Amino acid sequence: MQALASFRRWLFRLARDEQLPIILGQRRIFIVPTRAGTVFAVVLAVMLIGAINYNLSLGHALIFLLVGLGIVAMVHTFHNLFGLQMAPGRVQPVFAGDLARFPLHLENARRQSRRALEFSFAGQAANCVDLPAEGHATVAIACTTTRRGRLDPGRVTLASRYPLGLFRAWSYPHPTWSCVVYPRPIFTPLPAPSPNAHADHLHGDNGQEDFAGLRPRQISDPTRHIAWKAVARRSEEQALLVKQFAGGAAEELWLNWSQTPADRDPEERLSILAGWILAADDQQARYGLALPGTHIAPAQGDAHRASCLQSLALHGEDGESDQPR
Amino acid sequence: MVKMVKATSRARPAVALEHGAVPWLLLVATVTAGPHVTHLPWWLSLLVGGTLSWRAWLWQQRRPLPPRWTLALLVIGTVAAIGWQYRTLFGKDAGVALLVVFMALKPMEMNSRRDALVVVMLGYFLLLTHYLYSQSIPTGLWLLAAITLLTAALIRLHGGAQPVVTVLRHAGLLLTQALPFMLILYLLFPRISGPLWGLPQDAYAGLSGLSEQMAPGSISRLIQSGAIAFRSRFDGEPPEKSDLYWRGPVFDEYDGLTWHTRARPGGSATPAPVVEGVGQSYAYSSILEAHDRRWLLALDVATRLPPDSSLAPTLEAVSREPVRVRSRFSFVSSTNYRANVIEAAGILEQALVLPEGINPRTRALASEWASRPPARIAEAALAMFRNEDFHYTLRPPLLGRDAMDEFLFDTRRGFCEHYASAFVFLMRAANVPARVVAGYQGGEINPVDGYLTVRQSDAHAWAEVWLAGQGWVRFDPTAAVAPSRIEQGIVAALPAGEPLPIVVRLDADWLRELRNRWEAANNTWNQWVLGYNPQRQREVLSRLGWRDPDWRGMTASLAVLCGVALLIVTLWTLPRRLAADPVQRAWRKYCTQLGRRGISRAAWEGPLDFAQRVAREKPDLAALTSEAAGYYAKLRYGRSARTEHDLRRLRQCLYRLPPRRRNNA
Repeated sequence: MQALASFRRWLFRLARDEQLPIILGQRRIFIVPTRAGTVFAVVLAVMLIGAINYNLSLGHALIFLLVGLGIVAMVHTFHNLFGLQMAPGRVQPVFAGDLARFPLHLENARRQSRRALEFSFAGQAANCVDLPAEGHATVAIACTTTRRGRLDPGRVTLASRYPLGLFRAWSYPHPTWSCVVYPRPIFTPLPAPSPNAHADHLHGDNGQEDFAGLRPRQISDPTRHIAWKAVARRSEEQALLVKQFAGGAAEELWLNWSQTPADRDPEERLSILAGWILAADDQQARYGLALPGTHIAPAQGDAHRASCLQSLALHGEDGESDQPR
Repeated sequence: MVKMVKATSRARPAVALEHGAVPWLLLVATVTAGPHVTHLPWWLSLLVGGTLSWRAWLWQQRRPLPPRWTLALLVIGTVAAIGWQYRTLFGKDAGVALLVVFMALKPMEMNSRRDALVVVMLGYFLLLTHYLYSQSIPTGLWLLAAITLLTAALIRLHGGAQPVVTVLRHAGLLLTQALPFMLILYLLFPRISGPLWGLPQDAYAGLSGLSEQMAPGSISRLIQSGAIAFRSRFDGEPPEKSDLYWRGPVFDEYDGLTWHTRARPGGSATPAPVVEGVGQSYAYSSILEAHDRRWLLALDVATRLPPDSSLAPTLEAVSREPVRVRSRFSFVSSTNYRANVIEAAGILEQALVLPEGINPRTRALASEWASRPPARIAEAALAMFRNEDFHYTLRPPLLGRDAMDEFLFDTRRGFCEHYASAFVFLMRAANVPARVVAGYQGGEINPVDGYLTVRQSDAHAWAEVWLAGQGWVRFDPTAAVAPSRIEQGIVAALPAGEPLPIVVRLDADWLRELRNRWEAANNTWNQWVLGYNPQRQREVLSRLGWRDPDWRGMTASLAVLCGVALLIVTLWTLPRRLAADPVQRAWRKYCTQLGRRGISRAAWEGPLDFAQRVAREKPDLAALTSEAAGYYAKLRYGRSARTEHDLRRLRQCLYRLPPRRRNNA
């Protein structure tokens, strides 16, 4: 078994692709006849017997032309993959149970188009893409997620039967990439704001109770604060305006591992925390996250949310110290 | 880390058939099944047309396909009807009918790509069956068109929606590249001559030509056909047209209505014929169309015969097996000969037998002549035909029970079969051994390729009389009645208005010229394409300088040549250059060199970032790298157009790198 596995690794070049872009050379493209190709061969054999039996010279010509067609189809199927360049793109985090999409940027340097390229991860549905001549495209290869953590989808299977479907050429590009999978949120009521939070921030200056005026938008401002009406009124192309609020202390929330029901499964407790993070974010609350070994100070915004969810995703894993890029 | 569980199941879900691919497949079905309409029963043609139109309508309306059970009923019903129609489900015609039905019904349950593939494979197979009926040049051209369409359908199936022209052009490209393989295989694939097993009864139905009996009207029916019987090419000058008697079956048995070839016990019962050529002999080879009989239609009489053939006791050249494919035979013949001067008693006896009780007037006439020597009797008969009021016509009046009497004394209108049989009857009645010989007379030289073309319309019957000391001597009573039939051919001999095939009767020169060219092209096609059998293959290979090729050698050279062709095709279609951008190539080379010097650029690192890192980590390379990175950034991302100068400077950076230290010690 061990020897077989290492033979497979050697034959199919199963190592990771460190060098970018990945260029498919002939050493890593494999090709075998498909079932249709086998049927084609059998049909040709039967036809040959018929042609011999009835002395059909033109039948011989037809069969030989089809044999040539089969050989040429093999070459073309191989060339459909040969020389294809690809580079992995950035993978967006998803919640467990959602489809993770691994983008792969493809570049076609040759003058013919490449058609019907099927990308898939082992056991997953394939994504099909056509690549124009001397053009480029991006394919987002789907991968189902079942549990939180850092998802390594394994090698990509890139296959094609184009043009005639008689042969299937395939290759195993293996970019170094992974997807952070957040726990699937379980929505339960938010815990009460912790009392000590008020001691630090008696006067929340960025709450949302009272409208205080407009100011130019910063990148970190949430989009729902943009004063669309005011923007629309100004004709020239200027920076977007956001509504500014004052007064009323923004509530500060500590979402703590210890607040989750201790009798539940740890994964479920992480899911409850994820649900809280989403709910708190939805309410524009300032919230912090406390996990055993991890503390994230209260803050707001998309980046904060992502960082909190990522700590949940990687909690207890070796990649825990990773910061979001 | 979460590792994906590797899926072990290889079962893939069926790929659904695209809506846009359906018309392609319907076209495939139409093109492959359609031409069979000419020899299918009418109800089957209607069924095929109806089913395909129904399917097209369903496609156009985007309606669901009918349920499986209706199809099953349809298939069972049709197969039963075919079995009833042909009385069998095997054999050529019934088999083709079944294939056509499957082809028409398969699109009705075409849901997935796999179903569509079945349609195309069936289409490839159906293409072959057309050659059972015709292997002409138009059929060959049509083959190319049909195969392009089928291949295009496959491309459309696997490549998704594309413009029709693109798909067809791609199919054409694939077929062009497949052509060299076809030529190599055609030339070198060791040919086996069929059949491999007994062919079904109907395999050779519909071949025309002379038959083993001559009933009234059988030759005039044959004359209605302009089809070619055979073509001959003489090594030297051909004989006179009036000497061109091509000998077919010999009829020596008469039942009052029909002349028959007498079934003879084979073997040594009858001695081999003795033929002595007198004067000039002619060497020639004939390309005989298939007629499913054994006679080879050699020029009367053959003195040297091709292998696997012999001279029958009645002097006609016969091959061992019936001629079932167009074949080529070489002969030497003498038009002047003495044959069977000493004849077997059995044959002579048979040449005198007449049915009793019919044609009393003819018998009376013959008995008047009976006292003369045999040669004079024959002369007398010919003189009668020549001098009295006999007419040559293809539309003779019908004759009754005493056919010879009516013909000789009342109607006096007929053509070769009447004259030959009346002559032989007269001879036998006068106790002179005589028999009817059928075959072809004449032929026409095609000036385009020099082949003498003999058509079914040249079919002829004449008489042969055995004279003591001379053997069998030919007498052609038709020549006595209508000399132009023998001198010039049937068109000249017949009065205007007689039914003759149009190809024979071409008056305009340009039409004749066109016909000659077309037939010469066909002749070449027949010899090189259709007649390419094991023997011809050996001939061709030995002409190419390969003596005595055997199947091992042929297979080996086949493999080698195919390998070479594959290599050429692969290189031809190879993408030109992979990384076409010279700027990127130069920068990549530079970074590779830096990598060998201990600092490699990460994939995500831009040129300027990388240069900064080099400055920190390898100060000795800092200046050069920042220069190279600057050029690269300018060339690749700069606003101004790329200049050759900058590219050259970027390349030079590579050479200005300090040499690498051999070892790290």
